[in-house]
Amino acid sequence: MTAALRLTDLSKTFPVGKPLLGPPKAHVRAVRPVTLEVQTGETLGIVGESGCGKSTLARMLVGLQRPTTGQIEIEGRAFDNADPAAFGRMIQYVFQDPISSLNPRKSIRRIVETPLVRLHSMGSSERTARIAEIFASVNLREEFLDRFPHEFSGGQAQRIGIARALAANARILVLDEPVSALDVSVQAQVLNLLARLKREFNLTYLFISHDLAVVEAVSDRVAVMYFGAVVEIGTAERIFTAPRHPYTKLLAGSAPVVGRPLTPPEAKGTELPDPLNQPPGCAFAPRCTRATELCQREEPRLKRMEDDQLAACHHPVD
Amino acid sequence: MIAFMKLLARNRLALAGGIVLSLVVLVALLVPVLPLKPPDVTNTAERFHRPFTEGHLLGTDHLGRDLLSRLLWGTRLSLAVGTAAAVIAAVIGSAVGIVAGYFGGRTDNVIMRGVDMLMAFPYILLALAIVAALGTGLLNALIAVAAVNIPFFARNIRGVTVGIAHKEFVDAARLAGMGHARILLQEILPNVVPVIVIAMSTTIGWMILETAGLSFLGLGSQPPQADLGSMLGEARSALITSPHTSVVPGLMIFIIVMSINLLGDGVRDALDPRLRSGALTRPQPATTVQRAFAPEGPGRGTLDVRDLETQFHVGPRIYRAVNEVSLQVAPGECLGIIGESGCGKSVTALSIMGLVSSPPGVITGGAVFHDGQDLIGAPYDTLRRLRGDKVAYIFQDPLATLHPLTRIGEQLAEAIRVHHAVPKAELRRRAIELLKDVRIPNAEARVDNFPHELSGGMRQRVGIAMALANEPELIIADEPTTALDVTVQAQILSLLDDLRRDRGLAILFITHDFGVVAQLCDRVAVMYAGRVVEEGPTGDILERPAHPYTKRLMACVPELGGGRRDLAAIPGLPPAVDQLPMGCAFAPRCDKAAKACTAPVDLTRSDKRSVRCLFPEDAIERHSA
Repeated sequence: MTAALRLTDLSKTFPVGKPLLGPPKAHVRAVRPVTLEVQTGETLGIVGESGCGKSTLARMLVGLQRPTTGQIEIEGRAFDNADPAAFGRMIQYVFQDPISSLNPRKSIRRIVETPLVRLHSMGSSERTARIAEIFASVNLREEFLDRFPHEFSGGQAQRIGIARALAANARILVLDEPVSALDVSVQAQVLNLLARLKREFNLTYLFISHDLAVVEAVSDRVAVMYFGAVVEIGTAERIFTAPRHPYTKLLAGSAPVVGRPLTPPEAKGTELPDPLNQPPGCAFAPRCTRATELCQREEPRLKRMEDDQLAACHHPVD
Repeated sequence: MIAFMKLLARNRLALAGGIVLSLVVLVALLVPVLPLKPPDVTNTAERFHRPFTEGHLLGTDHLGRDLLSRLLWGTRLSLAVGTAAAVIAAVIGSAVGIVAGYFGGRTDNVIMRGVDMLMAFPYILLALAIVAALGTGLLNALIAVAAVNIPFFARNIRGVTVGIAHKEFVDAARLAGMGHARILLQEILPNVVPVIVIAMSTTIGWMILETAGLSFLGLGSQPPQADLGSMLGEARSALITSPHTSVVPGLMIFIIVMSINLLGDGVRDALDPRLRSGALTRPQPATTVQRAFAPEGPGRGTLDVRDLETQFHVGPRIYRAVNEVSLQVAPGECLGIIGESGCGKSVTALSIMGLVSSPPGVITGGAVFHDGQDLIGAPYDTLRRLRGDKVAYIFQDPLATLHPLTRIGEQLAEAIRVHHAVPKAELRRRAIELLKDVRIPNAEARVDNFPHELSGGMRQRVGIAMALANEPELIIADEPTTALDVTVQAQILSLLDDLRRDRGLAILFITHDFGVVAQLCDRVAVMYAGRVVEEGPTGDILERPAHPYTKRLMACVPELGGGRRDLAAIPGLPPAVDQLPMGCAFAPRCDKAAKACTAPVDLTRSDKRSVRCLFPEDAIERHSA
C-alpha cells in the first residue's frame, strides 16, 4: 500500500528583516527537516505549542507555503500544484477560524459551489444534487445555502468549512486546529462528525491541534513537535501514557486533568529559546532536567525507541 | 442597503447634504431642457447687470452673458469633470492598491515606491506639470486631477487589501481552484468596495475644487465654455466693482463641496463597521444602573453577588446576558465560574465593578456587596478607588491589556501611584519586587522591557503583578490562561495558587476548562444562558454533577489517557440571550426535559450545593437527603 502522504526532509526557513535589495538580516527555522509518512485511511495527529511550526508544516502540504528544502509525495506522486484543479482534488484543508475562512460577502451556496465549479467543472443541476448530498452528510440544512457567513455560529461555520473541503472530493484532509475556536459541547459534535466522515468516505486526516486530549481521541498515531522539529512519534494509545521524550512527558504532565493536584511541572520561570538566536544542540535542552553536555552540543535525531515509537532524544525517558 | 439608508438618514447633517446635493445634481441634469438663455452669447451692452434685473435673474458678466445660464451650465460641467476624475482615480488607484496588497513582496515594494514618488510632489505642482506637458484644456485638467489623486486611493486600498489577502478565506479560495484574477475579483474586491466608496465620497469634493482651481488659473476649461472655476477666474478683475460675478459661482462651489463632504462623512460613518458598532459613542466610566429591585445588605464574605441582572439594550432588542446570578466568595477562597462562550460569565465579572460598557450595557437588578457596601449604583469615585486597589482584574489577553509603548515597570508604578502616594524611587523598587513575586527571572533588567519584548507567559505574569500591585482582597481573573500554551498555563496556575495561599487572596476565576477548575478552585458555579445552573464544592460537582448540563458538558471534554473514542456531544446550540425561553434554557437540548421544564425553574439548595433543575441527576438527591 502506498502512503497517502510522504514527507522527506521537509523544512521551511523564513527570512527576517529583508531589505529591498540584498540578503535578509536573519532566518527563522520554522520547520526543521521533517520526515513523516501518513498511511491511507490513517489519522496522524500533530501536537505542539504555539510557534512550534505545526501550521507551517500543514500549509506546505497544501501548497500555501513553499518548502525551503525537501519533498512531498501525495498518493505516490511528487507534489505538483501547477494545475490547481488536479491538486485540489487530491488534498484539502480545513481552517482554524471557521468564520474568517468564509468570505463574508459570499453566500454559503457560492462558497460551497466554488470547488465543484473550479475543480470538477460541474453543471448547475449536478451541483445542486451534490451540495444536497454533502450538506446531508455534515448535518446542515439546505435552507442555510442562501444565507451569509455572519449568520452562523462557530460550530455551524466549521461544518460549512468541512462541507467545502468535502466538495473537492479529496481523499486527504489537512485539519488545522479545526475545533480550537469552538466550545466544548460543539467541539465534540464536530469531532464526531469528522470521525464519521472519515469512515464513510475512507479519508486520510492530518489533524493538527494544541490540545493533547483532542488529538489523542481522534488519532491513530501522534507526532509531537517542538521548535520546528518532530521530537516524538508514536501510537495515540502509548505516546502520552508512556512518553520517551522529556518534552512529551512535560506536555502530558501540564494538561490540567480533573483529579490531579496542581504541581508545577517544571522549574519556575523557564522561558522558550529565542527563535532568532537558537543555541546549537537540542532545542529543549535549556528546559530539560535530563540535559547533559552532549545535548548542548549535538542535535539528537529521531531514533526508534520501540516498535512503533520514535523519539529524538539523547537521554530518553524510560 | 435599507439599513444603510436608515443609518445615513439618522445623521441630520448628512441628510441635509444629501438633499442639497440631489437638488443640485437634478438641476444640472435638467439644464438642457430648462428655458435658459444661451450661455456663451455675448452682449457687451448688457454687461455687469446686477442680480434680479429684468430678464437676468442673477445678472450678467463682463461680456453681458446671462449669469444664471452660465452658472447652471458651469455647474453641470464642473460636477461631471469632478465626478469623472474621482471615478478614474478610484478605479486606477484601487486597482494598483489591490494588486500591490494582494501580491505583496517585491511587486508591492516596486508599485508603492512609485506611488510614494508621485506623492512626494506637492500635488497642485504635479497637476500643473501634467497640464503643462499635455497642454491646457478641460480634458487634460481632468487627467491631471485624476492622476494626482491616484496615490491616495492606492495607499488606502493597499492597506485594506493586505489585511484581507491574509485572511483564511483567500487561502480557501486558492485551494478551491481559483486563480489570481478570480480571487482578486470575487474574493478581495467585494470586501474592498465599501472602503473605495468611503474614500470616493470624501474626495469627490476635493476633486471638484481642484478642477475649479486649474480652470481658475486658465488651464482647464477654455473660453467661452463656462465651468465654475473659469467663471471665478474671469470675474476676478471685476471683484470690487461687480462682486456678484464672483460671488455667484463661489457660492455654488461652496454649496456643492459642502454638501458632498457632509454626505461623504455620513456615508463613511454608516459604512465603516468600526464606527457603526459604536466606536464613536464614548462609553461611560461605569455601567448604567436601572435597578428594578435591590437586595438588602450587608452581605457576607469578601464578595457577595445577589440576584445580579445585566442586560444589553441594542435598538429594540434586549439581550439578557446575566439573570439572577448569586455568588459568594470568602476571604482566601477561589470560586470558579465555568461555562461556554456567551453564557454570561465574563459579563458577570465585569458587572461587579461596573465595567460593562454603557451603552449598551445596563444593570437592571441585584446587588454586589463588598465589605458591606453595595457596589451597584455606587458613586463613580467609590468604584474608581476600589478598581485596581481592593479589587483587581486579570484579563485573557495580556498583550491587549498592557500599554504597548510604556515600559512594564512604569505601568506597574502607575498602577500603584493611582491609588497611593509613593515616592518615585520607592515605586521602582516595588515594581521590581512585584515582578519577583510573580517569578519573572532577572526582574531588575526586565522592569525596563516593553510588553512586546516578553513572551505570552511572561506578559501574563506582568498582568498578575499589576493586579497584585496594591495588595487586593479580591482578584477577578477572566480566562487568564486561555491564550497560553499548556506548559505555560501550568506555571501560571500554580503561581496563582501559591499567591492565594500566601496572601489569603479571594479569587473569582472564570474559565471554560474543567481541568483548570478542578486544580485551582474550591467551589465552582456552572453558568448556562446567563444563569447559574449549579453551584457547590468543586470536588462534589466534578464527581457527582447534579444538573444534566454539567454532566453532559463534562462528558464532552476528552480527557488525556482515554485513548481513541467517540465523544459524547450535546446536540443543538445554546439559546440566543435575546430570545430566552421562560423555563429552563437547557430543556431543548436535554433528554430529561418534560412539560414542567417550560415554566421558570428555581435554584434548589441543599447544605453546600444548589442546582436549578426539576429532574437533577440522582446523585444530588441521595446527597442532599
